[in-house]
Amino acid sequence: MRHTDKMTANKSDKMQERHDDVYAIRPAVDIYEDEKGIYLYADMPGVSKDRLEIKVDGDSLSIAGRAEIDTPENMASQHTDVSTTLYRRNFTLSSELDDEKADASLKDGVLTLHIPRRMQYQTRKIEVTAC
Amino acid sequence: MFTYFNNSNRGLYAEFRRLEREMDQLFSATPLFRGHRSAAQETYPPVNIGTTDEQVDIYLFAPALDLDKLDISIHQNKLTIKGSRKPEQIPAEKKVHRKERAYGDFQRAFTLPDDADQEKVDASYRDGVLHVSVHRKESSKPRQITVN
Repeated sequence: MRHTDKMTANKSDKMQERHDDVYAIRPAVDIYEDEKGIYLYADMPGVSKDRLEIKVDGDSLSIAGRAEIDTPENMASQHTDVSTTLYRRNFTLSSELDDEKADASLKDGVLTLHIPRRMQYQTRKIEVTAC
Repeated sequence: MFTYFNNSNRGLYAEFRRLEREMDQLFSATPLFRGHRSAAQETYPPVNIGTTDEQVDIYLFAPALDLDKLDISIHQNKLTIKGSRKPEQIPAEKKVHRKERAYGDFQRAFTLPDDADQEKVDASYRDGVLHVSVHRKESSKPRQITVN
């Protein structure tokens, strides 16, 4: 793909924030919320678990991933809808969410992230026992 | 939106569109591809196409593809890929904050070069990318011709 030469020029594996931000794709997401917490689904085709990075910094959640596809040697690009290999998107998390209990999974290019609401913010039914 | 292509004379248009895309990425915050159902189905999923002397490679960026419903067929020189996304289990009574991803069925068609060998097509699906390879016919590869 066209921009891979720019990517491989940075030998380190770390996602270099400033440089890569200009070339990153914001993945499309679906976000749902219910009593128990937040459910986030992000489309990141081409990303495998080892190229996925989820970070929480205070109230900021960032998801980033590097896409890779198998291309034969000397392949000439004819048509490129996806020219950048980097996905990145940031979200602000409400303090009601417990990021430490976040659950993430990646399958077929879809990142599923579930962040539960902290216990004290969940409405709980209180049992009343007759005396 | 061009859904068909042949190897010849794409140079000028491809450059224009690439420049347009790069400008969009630099100056706007919108995602590169958005799954609007109202838009022509022919633009989803996004596709990358590359060629070598031996083969043509088509990459479809299609997360959560339902492989049971995938249909790849070739008729004359046209390769058609029909597929569908597997929907997720969404918790009931949920509030929707964002709904940007594309759903449902899609279909994309590609015109293969004349030397494509329709008997030699491979397809694989990994990490949400469908990779279809069409090999070229043997006789069309560059050959040396000896002169007596």
